Amino acid sequence: MNSVAFVVIAILTLAAALAAASLQKLIHAALCFAAAFVGVAAFYFLLGAEFVGLVQVFVYVGAVAVLIVFTILLTRRDAERERGFHWSGALIALAIFAGLLWAIVRTSGLSVAAPWIAPLTVRQIGEALMTDYVWPLQCLGLVLTAALIGALVLVMEEKG
Amino acid sequence: MNPTLQLFLIISAALFCIGLLAALSRRHAIFILIGIEMMLAAAGLNFIAFWRFAPQPAPPTGVMVTVFAIAIAAAEAAVGLALVITVYRHYRTTNVDQIDQLKG
Amino acid sequence: MSNWIGAHLWLILAVPLAGSLVILSLTNSRRTAAAALAIVGQVLAFVLSLGAFLPTLQAPGYRVFTNFTWFTFGEQTLRLGFLLDPLTAVMLVMITLVSLCIFVFSVGYMASDKNFTRFFAYLSFFSAAMLGVVLANSLLLLFVCWELVGLASYLLIGFWIKRPSAAAAAKKAFIITRIGDLGFFLGMLWLYGQSGTLLFYDGGNGALESHGLLSLGASATFIALLLFCGAVGKSGQFPLHVWLPDAMEGPTPVSALIHAATMVAAGIFLVARVYPLFSLGAIAGVTPSLTVVVWIGVVTALISALIALAQWDIKRILAYSTVSQLGLMMVSLGVGGVVAGIMHLLAHGFFKALLFLGSGSVIHGCHEEQDIRKMGGLRGRMPVTFLTYAIGMMALSGVPLFFSGAWTKEEILHATLQWPVSRAPHFLMLAGVVLTALYMTRQMIYVFFGHPRGSAEHAHESPPVMTAPLIVLAVCVIAFSVMLTPAWPWLFRYLAGATASFAFSQLIQPGLFIALALVVLGIALGVLIYRRPGELDPMEQSLPALFRFLQHGMWLDELYDRTVLAFARGAARTSDWLDRYFWDGLVRGFGALGSSLGSFTKGFDERAINAGANDAAAAARDLGGLISRRHSGQIQTYLGVVAVGMLALLLLYAWLT
Repeated sequence: MNSVAFVVIAILTLAAALAAASLQKLIHAALCFAAAFVGVAAFYFLLGAEFVGLVQVFVYVGAVAVLIVFTILLTRRDAERERGFHWSGALIALAIFAGLLWAIVRTSGLSVAAPWIAPLTVRQIGEALMTDYVWPLQCLGLVLTAALIGALVLVMEEKG
Repeated sequence: MNPTLQLFLIISAALFCIGLLAALSRRHAIFILIGIEMMLAAAGLNFIAFWRFAPQPAPPTGVMVTVFAIAIAAAEAAVGLALVITVYRHYRTTNVDQIDQLKG
Repeated sequence: MSNWIGAHLWLILAVPLAGSLVILSLTNSRRTAAAALAIVGQVLAFVLSLGAFLPTLQAPGYRVFTNFTWFTFGEQTLRLGFLLDPLTAVMLVMITLVSLCIFVFSVGYMASDKNFTRFFAYLSFFSAAMLGVVLANSLLLLFVCWELVGLASYLLIGFWIKRPSAAAAAKKAFIITRIGDLGFFLGMLWLYGQSGTLLFYDGGNGALESHGLLSLGASATFIALLLFCGAVGKSGQFPLHVWLPDAMEGPTPVSALIHAATMVAAGIFLVARVYPLFSLGAIAGVTPSLTVVVWIGVVTALISALIALAQWDIKRILAYSTVSQLGLMMVSLGVGGVVAGIMHLLAHGFFKALLFLGSGSVIHGCHEEQDIRKMGGLRGRMPVTFLTYAIGMMALSGVPLFFSGAWTKEEILHATLQWPVSRAPHFLMLAGVVLTALYMTRQMIYVFFGHPRGSAEHAHESPPVMTAPLIVLAVCVIAFSVMLTPAWPWLFRYLAGATASFAFSQLIQPGLFIALALVVLGIALGVLIYRRPGELDPMEQSLPALFRFLQHGMWLDELYDRTVLAFARGAARTSDWLDRYFWDGLVRGFGALGSSLGSFTKGFDERAINAGANDAAAAARDLGGLISRRHSGQIQTYLGVVAVGMLALLLLYAWLT
């Protein structure tokens, strides 16, 4: 694992995420959101989970980000500019970050280097999906179908 | 020096808190969704990191959970955005401060 | 040729399927093209079926199959395949021939329908799916085609979708058969779990061969019964028969296709196909699963024959008659007369298609009138229809010698006689023969004899495009009997895997006289009872309560409504109540807790924090504002509470360690 790559990705990801959370214009925020998720995908690549990284890019950058942009366009009149900011939320988030940081730093045994690992092939993932994880997979299919139908029903114009 | 597990966890915690920040403090419904997605991604990053740093050989549980989480997150995003559109149609706004029908 | 067709069995179903897809892409105005495509496709399928049929004549017990791998995951391989054996071959020929007649008939019957092309697309699709069921060498492939058949029948029953009753009937047929299919599916999974294969024949390793059967053991009974559930649904056996009479809402050619040649035959075919599972571990040909099959069949055959006596709709009478005949076939399969059952299935396919198409011709001639009380005297006005209908009626009733139905019924009765468990099915089936003759005589008299009533006065014979298929089918019904006689039991031996020899002395069997006597009794009774057809049924006059009971199908629909559906509705209401009061109450409780916490922190906020410096107060006011809005019903505040809870957990963790 390359530490230079790590630092670069970390800075880019966190910066994009912060921008996504704080930019005034919604459409800019959505683009930064996509960038942040490319960063997360890069982390996955760095960690040797190339498949998950690709899925992350396909799903988030390819689909979810586009969905968000569409929603912004559909609710345009309202979405141009975002008004107001709850500082209390920032306080809570900061406090939680402090708590998490403290917990991570004081937990021993986390400063390990990564062991050598056999590459995880798509074939292995596919086999795991079809054998050990076949029930979760089926349930997921059901959830996705339900979500699809649910989303359709929600946005369908009521007649009459 | 190679990055350690600790560093990944810190990055993930930071990402999580940025997501929380977005979800808690912005008034636009879409920001809340973006924040929730970020929190989910942070959790996924944690899973992958723990899988990567686990003593070998390890089953690819962390990877599988992340794959499933991404799929669920996609479903959640689709429904969430559909809700945003519906709410917008109904109230002509996506500012959650003005939407308080949830109160008993 | 024989090798070629054995390796290209898929062509037989691919041709109508391709036809269906092409027709589906045509516009509504390309009527001629649609009908031509469908009929040409069916002719091709028929020729190919004949091509497949010929090699099976070469040797008794002929069987070829081609298996291929569908997909592999991990170490599991799913394989599908096509199979050709005598059972498949005769079904292929029967299905394609009957379908062809129905297709031609539809050209006339649907001539004025504006969705003409769509109709032919569905018909072709239906035929393709059914051929797939027959050709499958894998239970999975059979199941897939089986469901496609269900889909096609749903589309066809509900073809006149604007009629609410047709839409309801389509839904009913689909849902009720699905109940049976659930059993089928479970049985299939169980079979796969036990034997590791879903192929029927695989060079000794198939599920129906020694290797597969050995791995089943005692579970074979349950698997067979689960698969039988599917057959019960599809073949309209009691208690899932209720969809079949309602399916009459579809256009009449559909009724002929579904109720004669194809869909309902699928259940019988399934049982015959997986018969080794049913008969595994049989003692003197009796297993628990086969006994269940027999009694279900007996109950179905009798109940529906009785109900048919009290129907007024010409198609519903035929529908109940179909249910009854299917019950008879089930009995035959159950008592071990598989060959007899299949023979009756084939014969029934021809004469029931003939009867349905004949009724279609009658309905067409009487300007869409289906009530037999408003017909009468059509004998002179529709001579071709009358003659062909009479042939169908005599075949169905089992008039001996010249009509195919008689020989196959005779075989079935013979088989039931040899059942070691009980003689009751035999005698009950004899009663069924009388009932069949009775209700068919009633229908004949009401429709074709007496004086014209109602719209029958302006009845006219149907055009040749409709009568020609009737004549072809009538000829088939009579010609088919040549293969069935005991003197030359060619079909029997062919299906049983033996060669047939000619022995004229065997023609007259003692059973024949019994059958003849019973049929004559039934027809004579019918003539006696129904000699003066009128608005009121003789039985309605003498036994009004019984008549009403039968007329409403023994109130079975109502019974299901009061029991199964009432239960479902009750369950729905209970969950609704739970949702409204219990869960919602819980949620409200938590909400109240949150809001009291909110007011508490608000008070704290006002007294403690607001006392601070201005800058801090601005931020704090925001925090206070957030907290005071905690009871405002906003999702963000709820989310905030969750986050604060998380913070509290972190602090707790810090405090504990």
